[in-house]
Order: sequence, then structure tokens, then C-alpha cells
Amino acid sequence: MKALLVDDSRTMRNIQKKVLETMGPVEFAEAGDGLEALSVIASTPGGFNLILIDWNMPNMDGHTLVQRIREKDKATPLIMVTTEAEKQRVIDALKAGVNNYVIKPFTPDSLLERVKQTLSKLKAAA
Amino acid sequence: MPATQTAPAPSINPQLIVPFVNSVRSVFSTMVGVETTVQRPHLKANPAPSYDVSSIIGFSGDVVGSVVVSFQRATAEKLASAFAGSPIEFGAPDFADAIGELANMIVGGAKKHLGNMATITVPSVILGSAHVIARLTDVPCVVIPCQTPGGSFAVEISIKQLTPPEATR
Repeated sequence: MKALLVDDSRTMRNIQKKVLETMGPVEFAEAGDGLEALSVIASTPGGFNLILIDWNMPNMDGHTLVQRIREKDKATPLIMVTTEAEKQRVIDALKAGVNNYVIKPFTPDSLLERVKQTLSKLKAAA
Repeated sequence: MPATQTAPAPSINPQLIVPFVNSVRSVFSTMVGVETTVQRPHLKANPAPSYDVSSIIGFSGDVVGSVVVSFQRATAEKLASAFAGSPIEFGAPDFADAIGELANMIVGGAKKHLGNMATITVPSVILGSAHVIARLTDVPCVVIPCQTPGGSFAVEISIKQLTPPEATR
């Protein structure tokens, strides 16, 4: 599996890595904001099997990043992982095209469960 | 002779405090694995020094002002290390990152109870003992002292709500 982790906190990306590694072999790419993520996506042939996206980041936020990704790519599983917990934010993110939403703080089990749920739902729908 | 008018003494609004208390407890128990004891909030003089490491997050929109999460140096090192899952020393590149992300989760967790259209900035981190943070002069600063097995920290809340949060949320 190839996963892209987009969060301005390296510590948070490392935590997410440890969680995802429990699923099996994962090839990781990382980005600290939305602009960097777009550049990583553009330079990765074959794309990613999963992208985790923070909302509040410098340069380009996660909501804008999701909109930009979905302009060209409707298929890659996108999960917003954020402190933004207001109902309206969740609705906005789903409208923009995320497949799932995880609110920080999270336990490793809750993140893992949400990732597995997202991937299996998309696999079943394929 | 006209009566002298004096400004009312600032008071502590429990509706502003409770979301932060709950968020502090949730973040530290979920992401750091420590329980936090919260002591009685009090008003802070402006300006007055904070602890050795502070993360500042600004508010705009329905809520304006800032929230600072300030740690004693040793406490910050212990909590950042426990959060990251590996030792992090004061001043290391990942130190400010971890402290900033802890503050981001505390403030983000409280935000949903404060105003539907409030937005927060990405955190900035200040390192240095007895630093002083300038705040809005017309908003009182409420300090929530917190204690963990690893030491003390404080959440300093200096915000005001321009629009009350929706009752239906």
C-alpha cells in the first residue's frame, strides 16, 4: 500500500505512520501542507492507495487540498484527520469529497478502524 | 456632582472554561497517556510571565483573541516525548512541533463549543524562561493551572465571543 500523510506536524505524521504500519507493509510519502501534497501527488506515478489530510495547515489548508484533488481524481480514498469537530466542518469536508473523517485526538485503534472501514467500503463498491 | 463610573471587575465565564478543561483531559489521556488534574482557574495580570515553553493559537471569526498553552521546561520535554513515542529534548526540531500539535488539539477540541464560525491559526511556539506574551488589552486572561505526573502546565485563555454558539449544536 502507498499512503500519503499530509499534516503540518511531523510528530502527528509519525504517529499516523506507526498506526498504519500495523496493517502491513506501507510505503509512505509525506507533505507539510496542501501545496506540497499536490506536488508529491503530481510526481508520484500510480498515485496513492490512501491519503490522510489535516485541515489547518499553512499555505493551503486540507479542505482546499481535497477540492483540488477531487477535480481530477474521484477514486483515491481521502480521510480528513483534524481537530475541526464542528458539524458544519464535517459536512463541508464530505461535500468536498473526503471518504471519512477522524477527529483528533484519536486512539490508534480508532484511527485504524476508520482507515480499514474506508478501504473495505471502497473495495466492496468497486 | 456626577457619580464616578468604574468598569466592572473582569470575571471568569465558566462557559469559556469548561470546553478547555474537557479538551485538556481528553488530549492528554488519549494521545499522551497521562491523566491531568485541573486546579481552580484564576485571572492573570497583563502582562505577566508564562512558563518556559508556550504555544500560541489565535482565534478569528465568531471568537477573537488567543489561547496559550504554557509548560515548565521539564514538563514539556516529558509530555512531548510521551506524545511522540520517543525522547525529545528541549530545542530539538521536533520539540516545538510536538508542543504545537498538543496545543492545536487542545484548542481545536474546545473550539467547537465556542462558536460555529470560529477559526484558529496554526500554532506558534515560544521557547525561553519567563517570556511575556502581549494579549488583547480589553479581554481578561483566565489561567487554568494543570498538573500531570510529569509536572505543571497552564492553559491561558484570552478570548471573547462575538457571536454566541448555536444552542442546537
